[in-house]
Amino acid sequence: MIELANLSAHFGDAAALRDVTLTIQRGDQLGIVGESGSGKTLLALCLMGMASDSAHLTGRLSIDGRDMARASERDWQQLRSRRVAMVFQEPMAALNPLRRVGDTVMEPMLLHEGLSRGEARKRALSLFEEVGIPNPDQRLRQFPHEMSGGQRQRVLIALALACNPALLIADEPTTALDANVALRITDLLQRLAREREMALVFISHDLAAVARATDDIVVMYAGDMVERGPTAEVLNAPAHPYTKGLLGARPDPGVAVRDVKGKRRRLPTIPGAVPPLHALPQGCRFSGRCPVELPCCAAQRPVFSQTDQARGAACHLLTERRDD
Amino acid sequence: MRRLPANFLLGAVLVSLVVGIAALSLVWTPHDPQTMSIPTKFASPSAIHWLGTDQLGRDVVAQLMAAARNSMTVALVAVLLGGSIGVALGLLASALGGWVEDGVMRLADLGFAFPALLFAIMLAAVFGPSLTNAVLAISFINIPIFARVTRASANQIWTRDYVAAARAAGRGRFAISRDHILPNIAAAIIVQATIEFAVAILAEAALSYLGLGAQPPASSWGRMLSEAQTLMYLAPQLAIYPGLCIVTAVLGFGLLGDGLRDITDPRLARAR
Amino acid sequence: MTDAPLLEVRNLTRRYKLPRQSLLRAPPVLTALEGAAFSLCAGETLGVVGESGSGKSTLARLIMAFERPDEGEVLFQRRDLHGLSSGELRRLRRGFQMVFQDPFGSLNPRRRIGWSIAEPLRASGETEHLGYRVAEALTQVGLHSADAGKYPHEFSGGQRQRIAIARAIITRPALLVADEAVSALDVSIQAQILNLLMDLQDDLGLGMVFISHDLAVVGSVCDRVLVLQHGKTLESGAALDVLRAPKHPYTKTLLKAAGVRP
Repeated sequence: MIELANLSAHFGDAAALRDVTLTIQRGDQLGIVGESGSGKTLLALCLMGMASDSAHLTGRLSIDGRDMARASERDWQQLRSRRVAMVFQEPMAALNPLRRVGDTVMEPMLLHEGLSRGEARKRALSLFEEVGIPNPDQRLRQFPHEMSGGQRQRVLIALALACNPALLIADEPTTALDANVALRITDLLQRLAREREMALVFISHDLAAVARATDDIVVMYAGDMVERGPTAEVLNAPAHPYTKGLLGARPDPGVAVRDVKGKRRRLPTIPGAVPPLHALPQGCRFSGRCPVELPCCAAQRPVFSQTDQARGAACHLLTERRDD
Repeated sequence: MRRLPANFLLGAVLVSLVVGIAALSLVWTPHDPQTMSIPTKFASPSAIHWLGTDQLGRDVVAQLMAAARNSMTVALVAVLLGGSIGVALGLLASALGGWVEDGVMRLADLGFAFPALLFAIMLAAVFGPSLTNAVLAISFINIPIFARVTRASANQIWTRDYVAAARAAGRGRFAISRDHILPNIAAAIIVQATIEFAVAILAEAALSYLGLGAQPPASSWGRMLSEAQTLMYLAPQLAIYPGLCIVTAVLGFGLLGDGLRDITDPRLARAR
Repeated sequence: MTDAPLLEVRNLTRRYKLPRQSLLRAPPVLTALEGAAFSLCAGETLGVVGESGSGKSTLARLIMAFERPDEGEVLFQRRDLHGLSSGELRRLRRGFQMVFQDPFGSLNPRRRIGWSIAEPLRASGETEHLGYRVAEALTQVGLHSADAGKYPHEFSGGQRQRIAIARAIITRPALLVADEAVSALDVSIQAQILNLLMDLQDDLGLGMVFISHDLAVVGSVCDRVLVLQHGKTLESGAALDVLRAPKHPYTKTLLKAAGVRP
């Protein structure tokens, strides 16, 4: 359904996204993890045709077989909401505070599908029920500030579903929410994707959230796709040193704070920080921070290679081993 | 390098023109602005009198230049005086909060409710009309304006973590106001001061026009305007020149203030 | 560890008046924190876990004496912070310092970081060897002494948090309150800062109140844990006990949200 082949985004000379290659089929639940500067949000915006004008896109971005990498704003408007829709991080900021949430949710139906107000209202009601908003009749008439954070996020999900999209992109949908609510929203997104046979792209910096919500995972670092595979396999046996580091740096709640001598245990870390876009290393972008660096890493960019049918990673260690 | 907004550039050009002329008048004017010469009254523009002479034969250019200096001085003193009192009150209100803040802000409301002209007329009635009283009146109306802007911006800064960090460090409210609050609200205050400068020029012209500001023989655009009014049919140009000067100065400072606001607070610029 | 607790919090309660809903009715009251109590020894870390509205930030502000409680006491080195005169409190402040959540907001953008780091020293009247002390603090947090002349915007989020920590330790305090000190940071930076806090604690014998919404993070640095919800203490105990066998269903939810492997 959606196919990315060597999709890159340049700001001036700097590549904020490099050669992203992946396919998303109907019903796929794909997680994209990365830290700030990994390009995960830019990737989401590319899928919506909403990357800023100063980003120069190259490569192939095809939706339903149509190449959209250089498509016009008009073409994108045809696709948005009906084929691809998005749920944003901050539910309060994504809703117009002066409009009743019902009007907001009905707008794309009136605009794209030419429904009458009555029909749109009926569909909005059933959407509110589907996303778990109680008393939908009353809720439609409320303003965003009259709702809780979790309710607002449900409204945004209903809005994204208004025109039955084939792909739902959720960009950090639970980051602004409390744990309780976040768990329920994650489960809701997953259930909706399953019931509607809709593809879900779940973007987050939070490995725990991605682990819950998705079947497959893409790990991004500094604009590169460093690892890809089934979520459970990647998290249990990461292939790329960055994925390993990320998982290790995440504290494990089951381990005692102090060792037998009563000294506090230190956490494993990834040294340094993501370099700024204009100062990224020549070769592998993780070089300089990588604990198992080879001589070739700094100068030569590793190719993304499949380790088995479902999994792959971009690391010299993997190709070296195979050459032996 | 970001492009500067057009209103800022135009404002800067007009302001430098007016300020430059006022500064020049300190050292040089084509004639003495006060010297009368009845034989050459109502002279047309010429090589000697570039814009002609008035009903008493005084050189118009020299008078306009002296008036510019008068206008700038009045506005500067009024904004500095009213502004510093207002900023101090605003900082105090914001730092102490509680009943002090309530009290200062209610006083500011009172100040807003009191028209400047009325206050100037009152001062003139009690102490007689003079430029000093006009300056005091204009300063007075500036106090509540600056107090409000200062308090509103300062209250925002007080919620920042670095202010909490300074409190954790054990610093007092006044030291925090000086070291943390003031530098971070300076931009807002400078913008306000520039706009109030324009208002002060206009207020001075209005008060002088009504005879409550600059007294003869001192030159003032407002007074030139009021003197020329009676001669509108005889010599309309005598009213037009000071009028143009007032428009240029007010527009210049107003645009400069708007431009500065756009530069320092891009959010407001986009909202417009 | 000494016997006398460094910090003792007794029955701490704070209520806020909300804006009036109607002229005729009394304004509603929000109880942000109710009866919080714990004690902390030198070298020990207490984790306070809760989400927005749990009262954990109110607790931090009360410990730091930024505001007064409606009931209860905060005893720091056996002296009630809220019973002191403002002068006495200011002198005592060098003994307890705070690290804030937002590394971008906790440093004055218009001041060089050396100035900001030295602020607690100047506030307590010290004027000598400020440059040396700043350099020492910068080295302790893993930065260079030459960084003192730079402005906050020249640093990354993780580096800024190091600067904020340098400022907090420059007076050689006995107690550090860290309010969501790593929440705004990326996972890989989080671990670095947590390790730094643990290093400093070992070196300086700091007692620490570590406030976070993330149970996994709390579990990795704290000896004991206090779980707050809506201002009430749900459970407290040794970190390992709470994390391995949570008693309250809410704690179980938090644990579920923090787990990587399902």
